[in-house]
Amino acid sequence: MERISKENIRHVAELARLELKEEEIAHFGEQLDKIILAAEELNELNTDNVEATSHVVDVRNVMRRDEVKESLSREDALKNAPDEDEGQVRVPSVLD
Amino acid sequence: MSYETVIGLEVHVELKTNSKIFCGCSTEFGAPPNTHTCPVCLGHPGVLPVLNQQAVDFAMKAAMAINCDIAEVTKFDRKNYFYPDNPKAYQISQFDQPIGENGWIDIEVNGEKKRIGITRLHLEEDAGKLTHVEGQGHSLVDYNRVGTPLVEIVSEPDIRTPEEAYAYLEKLKAIMQYTEVSDCKMEEGSLRCDANISIRPSGQKEFGTKTELKNLNSFAHVQKGLEFEEKRQEEELENGGEILQETRRWDDSAKETILMRVKEGSDDYRYFPDPDLVNLYIDEDWKKRIKETIPELPDARMERYVEEHELPAYDAAVLTQQKAMSDFFERGLDAGAPAKPLSNWLMGEVNGYMNQEGKEIEDLPITPEALASMIHMIDKGTISSKIAKTVFKELVENGGDPEKIVEDKGLVQISDEGEIRGMVNEALDNNPQSVEDYQNGKGKAIGFLVGQVMKASKGKANPQLVNELLKEELDKR
Repeated sequence: MERISKENIRHVAELARLELKEEEIAHFGEQLDKIILAAEELNELNTDNVEATSHVVDVRNVMRRDEVKESLSREDALKNAPDEDEGQVRVPSVLD
Repeated sequence: MSYETVIGLEVHVELKTNSKIFCGCSTEFGAPPNTHTCPVCLGHPGVLPVLNQQAVDFAMKAAMAINCDIAEVTKFDRKNYFYPDNPKAYQISQFDQPIGENGWIDIEVNGEKKRIGITRLHLEEDAGKLTHVEGQGHSLVDYNRVGTPLVEIVSEPDIRTPEEAYAYLEKLKAIMQYTEVSDCKMEEGSLRCDANISIRPSGQKEFGTKTELKNLNSFAHVQKGLEFEEKRQEEELENGGEILQETRRWDDSAKETILMRVKEGSDDYRYFPDPDLVNLYIDEDWKKRIKETIPELPDARMERYVEEHELPAYDAAVLTQQKAMSDFFERGLDAGAPAKPLSNWLMGEVNGYMNQEGKEIEDLPITPEALASMIHMIDKGTISSKIAKTVFKELVENGGDPEKIVEDKGLVQISDEGEIRGMVNEALDNNPQSVEDYQNGKGKAIGFLVGQVMKASKGKANPQLVNELLKEELDKR
């Protein structure tokens, strides 16, 4: 059964700024279908009286003091940048 | 058809912590690009964000100052979007359990008070700074700002005019300054504003379709952008068109709003709880501790200036708009200056100088104590108010002690009767025509003669005494 339409795939791809070919849409559609199917297994459980939770361990209020630590050198920080210019990361043109 | 405008504002305020919200990198403004980053704020795999307690304290303080209820349990969520200003491809923000909700602030427009509701205040991290390089086909990114703590303050759609929007922003900024959670410098981006605006036929309950305005670099731009958008939407509807939900930016040189993009829906952000950050439980003790740090806020100060110092409401409003100005006023009072003259100097000469030089009061070398002492010298008659302008100019440009300035420059007012009488007679002798005019009933002639004496005394003669003695001597002739 198709749980995720081609339109859904195109939309998600667009949000991730991915350009997909027709056959890739079919390919990823199949994979995503399987993922959703697996997640749907959770629907078998009755959660009527269970409060929503975002963590399984009951740890609260983990915080640190407002202290400045040493940062990476610019050279190190930019090592993963695909392109750089005068200490900044160079990316394809965006205007927002 | 007549329309009603509905405006809601989203204001981002950077919190002035020393380090970022989830890592120890410095939040200092103006550092060389990409020198304040680490694996956490750059979103490298496997790193763990740890919440900065000071950011939470500041957010609570800000929320309380705008009368929000503080959440008992609050949490962080990931807001997913793909854009180069954000190396993780998500922003850590708060979705359904913000720190503060249901607040309000009071504004005043044209003498009328109005309460504007605040929907929520939530804590989140800032994004990096993108610079578009004109005509080069690329943009540059500086990640220093990524992870600077921000609060986003969302108003209820209670604002009805661009003028009210302006008043709301001024008040909100003042409150944030008073609480000292932020520098609130629009020019450094530590306070930013987006505006939502729609119009609807008068009397209609349902809201019209709204547009969002971005790139509003000053409160004046917010007002201008909203005024333009109000008209554009009305014309669109009058011409049988429809308003599309879209994001537009204010172009200040063209004086118009320009379409940026059709807005992504909230669903597109695919919010979900950040699994790296645990829930925050805020108990009464914590709330009490923060509440105690909230200082007197602008409205309370305004009231006190009117009641205790008998200032006109207008003066009180102007003085309390900027915390630095209000603090200056307070210190002047502490130094013994009478309230109204002090207020006059601040709203007149000091403000005038600040506007002319484009400076803030804290950047001026003049101290409240010096201004108070100068006012005292005017009161005592040591200097005339004319001379005071000379002393003020020296104080505001170079600082220093007014008594010493007066002494060094020999500006002490001449109140010696004999000395002034001499100058008066000299002026009369030199200007027989004016004496004659006066005797022929031309009262105006005396003004000219006063001017001559003041000139001869280099502005130091006591003007009242000059007036008196002039009349005496004229009558003798």
